[in-house]
Order: sequence, then C-alpha cells, then structure tokens
Amino acid sequence: MAKYIGKRLLYMIISLWLIVTATFFLMRVAPGNPFASEKKLPPEIEANLQAHYGLDKPWYQQYTDYLVNVVTWDFGPSFKYKSQTVNDLISEGFPVSFLLGMEAIFIAVALGVLFGVIAALKQNKWQDYTTMAIAVLGISVPSFIMASFLQYFLAIKLGVFPVARWESFQHTILPAIALAAGPMAYIARLTRSSMIEVLANDYIKTAKAKGLSSGVITVKHAMRNALLPVVTYLGPLTASILTGSFVIEKIFGIPGLGFHFVTSITNRDYTVIMGVTVFYSIILLVAILLVDIAYGIIDPRIKLAGGKKGE
Amino acid sequence: MEKVLEVKDLKVSFQTYGGTVQAVRGVSFDLHKGETLAIVGESGSGKSVTSQTLMKLIPMPPGKITGGQILFNGEDLVPKSDKEMESIRGKEISMIFQDPMTSLNPTMKVGNQIMEGLIKHQKVSKADAKKRAIELLKLVGIPMPESRVNQYPHEFSGGMRQRAMIAIALAASPKLLIADEPTTALDVTIQAQILELMKGLQDKLDTSIIFITHDLGVVANVADRVAVMYAGQIVEIGTVDEIFYDPKHPYTWGLLASMPSLENDGNDELAAIPGTPPDLTNPPVGDAFAPRNKYALAIDYEEEPPMFQVSETHFAKTWLLHPDAPNVEPPDAVKQRIRKMSSNFDKPVLVKEGK
Repeated sequence: MAKYIGKRLLYMIISLWLIVTATFFLMRVAPGNPFASEKKLPPEIEANLQAHYGLDKPWYQQYTDYLVNVVTWDFGPSFKYKSQTVNDLISEGFPVSFLLGMEAIFIAVALGVLFGVIAALKQNKWQDYTTMAIAVLGISVPSFIMASFLQYFLAIKLGVFPVARWESFQHTILPAIALAAGPMAYIARLTRSSMIEVLANDYIKTAKAKGLSSGVITVKHAMRNALLPVVTYLGPLTASILTGSFVIEKIFGIPGLGFHFVTSITNRDYTVIMGVTVFYSIILLVAILLVDIAYGIIDPRIKLAGGKKGE
Repeated sequence: MEKVLEVKDLKVSFQTYGGTVQAVRGVSFDLHKGETLAIVGESGSGKSVTSQTLMKLIPMPPGKITGGQILFNGEDLVPKSDKEMESIRGKEISMIFQDPMTSLNPTMKVGNQIMEGLIKHQKVSKADAKKRAIELLKLVGIPMPESRVNQYPHEFSGGMRQRAMIAIALAASPKLLIADEPTTALDVTIQAQILELMKGLQDKLDTSIIFITHDLGVVANVADRVAVMYAGQIVEIGTVDEIFYDPKHPYTWGLLASMPSLENDGNDELAAIPGTPPDLTNPPVGDAFAPRNKYALAIDYEEEPPMFQVSETHFAKTWLLHPDAPNVEPPDAVKQRIRKMSSNFDKPVLVKEGK
C-alpha cells in the first residue's frame, strides 16, 4: 500500500510539472499583458514594471525561476492586487471555495444516491418517473442558468434566501444547490442504473433466500455493489465542482478561489493564474488518488497495483 | 413417514408484454422427511419456477400464484406475506442456486455471508455465529476454515464457492433444501464431489432435498424419487427405479433415450426429442407433448390426459395407459432397460380428480 501511494505521488509530481509547463507557455502565447490598459503606459514605466516582476528576463530563465518558486510553495506577488501575494489570495479564497464545494458534493452525493436508490426500487412506477424527470432537468440545465433561476425565484420572489454574497450559512445554500444540481442528477441516474443491475444479480436472490428483509438486502447487499460506479465518478465530480465554482462564485459574488481565477485571467495576472492552476491541479490529483484508494477498499476484487499480490 | 411438504395443484403465471405465461399448470407432489426428490425436465418446463415458488422467491409481480396450496409442515405458505416468509426462508427452507460464481456477494466476506442467516434466525452473537460459520465451512469440506472465513468469494474456486453456498443454506439447519441445478455450472469431477457432499450432509442432518436438474445421470446418483416435468406439469413421477427401468410416459422415454450411455457405439446417432416445448402463453389443447410425440394418439390433440397410477408410488399422465389405448413399444434404447416391477398394479388405475 505504501509502495503504491509512493508510486502514485511520483506520477502526481510528473503530472504537476507537465501542467505547470503547459500553463506557463500557453499564458505567454495569449496576447496582452498584465500592464495593458486603455491608457498606454510610457515605455520607460512599462520597462520598469517588467524589470520589477522579472518579465524582462529571457523565457527560459523565467520558467526555471518559476519552477523553483513552485517547489518552495511561493507563487509570487499578484500583478493586479498590489501588496497581496498569490499565497495570500489562496489562503483567503480557498476556505470559502472549499466550504462551498464540500456542501455541493454532500448535496450531490446524498440526494443523488437517495433518488437513484428510490428510483431503482420503484422501477417503472411514478417515483421512478418523477426522480428521473428531475434528473434529466438537472443534467440539461447548465449551472449558471440554474443559479439565475434560484436567485430569481427563491431569493427575489420568495425572499427565502439571500440573493448573493457570502456572509452566513444562509448565503451558502443557493450557490451550493446551483453547483450540486448537475452532478446530483448524474449520480441519481448512475445509481439507478447500477442499482437495477445489481438487484437482478443472483446474490440478491441468495440474500433473499436467507430470509433477510428487503431493507437489509438493499443496504448491505445491493448498495455497496451499486455504489462502485458512483465512487468512480467522485474524481470527475470534484473536477466539475471546481470548474463549476468559477461561474457560480462569479454569479453569487463569492470571494472564493474561482472568483480570483476568473478575474486573474481577464487581467492577465500571470502569477495568480499560475498559482491557482497549480493549486487546483494538486487538489484534483489528490482527489483522484483518494478515489482510487477508496475503490480498492470498497471492492475487494480490486488489488491496487504495487500492493501485496495474491493471498 | 412424516410428510414435510405437500404441494397441491400449484399454478403460477407471469404477466408479460406478450400475455400471461402459465409457467406452472397444476403441479402436485409430496416430500417426506429425509427424502430426495429430483425434478427433471427441459429448460422452460417450469421446474425452477416451481421450486422458487415454494419459497415465494419469484418476483411478484409479474409472477403470481393463481391457485393451489403449498403445505409445509401442514401450513399453507401461499397466503403468507413477505414478512412472514422471512422467518421461513433460510430457517425452514433453504436454497442453493445454479451458478456459484454469481450467487455469492462479491464485496462481502464469505464468513459474513454465512453468519447473516445465523444471526437472523438463531439470534446468536456475532462471535458465536463466526464460530459456527467456521464449523460449517469445515463441515462442507473447506480446508483451513479459520482463514477462509475471512476471505472474499473471488478468492474461492467454483467448487469451493458452491460448498460455501451449501454452508450458507445449511446454516440454520433447514428441514427442506432446494437445490436448483447445483452442479450444472461445475466441471464433472467437482460435480461428483458436491453430490457426495450433499448426500453425506443429508444423512447427517436428515434434511429433505428437492433437486432440480436436467442431468439424468445426476438424478440416478442422488434421488429417491423423480418427477418429470413438461410444459408446467408433472407428467410422470415415481421412484428412481420406476422412472429409469419402467417408464410409462413417452416424454420420459424420450429423455432416457437421449441420454448417452456406454452401450452407444460411435455409429449410433444420439436420439433427440424433436421440436421445442410449447409456448405457455397459449398452452395447447390436449396433451402439451403431443406435437413432439411420435406415439401421440388422436385423443391427445383433443383432451388432456388424466393421471394414471401404475403402482403405489408411480404415476404417469398419458393416454397410453388407458385400457382402450393401443399397445405401443417404447424406443429400443428404453426397451433394453425395462425391468418387470413387482410392485406394479395389475392394471394402471385412473386417478380420480381431487385425489
């Protein structure tokens, strides 16, 4: 197990290096620069600024400097937010994004699995049709439209929740729902189909022949097997929650990491773009690793490569 | 002998898009304590449905028991609710399924799968259940049960999984064990071992067994009595000797003739019963076997044959036993094996309805 994780960590570092390199060069290729504004700066000032941030050095030196900085976990100063470093931005924004993301993942998994199991147990009955109709809506409606709808109806019309901003738990509910709707619908459909497949298995009949009640059969025998595909989806889910949060944070005016990320790109705030990309990549890679480890725990037939072989 | 099970005129049908399939059409048999009854027949003859109905394991709906009684220890199971059945399933009646590769839960330890039933039915503690699970694994001939009990099904071979299934089924010492083609998915050497194991355990535990199979070789090996099913009905039932050495029904003749034997030399083509079983959505008028039966009489197409009693234990549902029926010779392969049964009545007796 330790050997397996060590190997995976090594691959993660390689992936990270590839991501850093690709982002670094793509960013340089994109037209514009952090100091471009409507009023043209005098060339001397611009040259000074460039020198201050090290942008006058040749590209390979900037690249190696940056790599060294990343390794020492120093993403440098922000070009736009004066007197703030990228590290500051991350440590400020991440807790907010993390809370929002966790809330959304919780809603998506809990409700998605619940709906999926209900739909499967009541296959081709009204409960099934209702939940699946909701699921199709959830998958087809993009999160930003969902967000606007929620704001309009629940906040403006009914006044149940605040429209935007990030102040209390109340404020977190609408963005979390908007973010969770798509993944939840997907999980519901996934759970339903895999649950139906599992319920048709012989071992469910064996369990029934033992005299177990249908509740015990559903929870102990069916769900554990049916949830394997859902666990697999948790990796991509993290990714979609992360990317979804860029838009949602912008719509709800939440000072999270996604908000900074989107702003930094329009500003060509090189260091922020790089720093946040690296940070997001690490989160994603760790999430995928955790999913793989969880998979091995849930399904004993999956032996993690590099782990103990055989019996 | 004490009667464990008495099935009376059981009828089961399934609601499908194509119409109502009458899978079981009036099956009656009984089973004594410690006895093994084999139910044989082609695929689709209703043998599995019959056996699963005994535990009410068929999905309802679309399945439905449309008539008859299942008297288990004198108590009718048909009107019982699912909740009431839970205390009978696994405790009084157990079942072993065909494919050991799929009938164990892949994500649960074998020991836990054995313990579940024990904890539910015998209200024992987890530790005691585990001790008992180890004993059971030992009983069914699994070496090193102490470590095997903590393993998952994928770490077991096919034969060992079927042994584990038997351990699960026997966990609560049921009075009746239903084995639905338990050896079909196993290779021949393992088949023999599993059959030996089942016979040995039956002697030890005095369980009655219903053995569903389409393998007549297996039947000869394990059964005391044999019921031959065709198109949802029992067409012939008798002791093993009566079915193998004095069969009366043309369908049984067909089955026996199509069994390869050592006497068959390479030149003889193996006999087969032509055609396919009838569609039970619209069961044919008269004898369901008539269209495939070269001995069919005119009446077979018009009226369903009644049950005739050949001996105390031997019944067959064919017009050929009627006093007015012409005398027909069974096929050679069957004729060779026929022996005179001393227990036979002088003449087959028509069984009155509602016996």
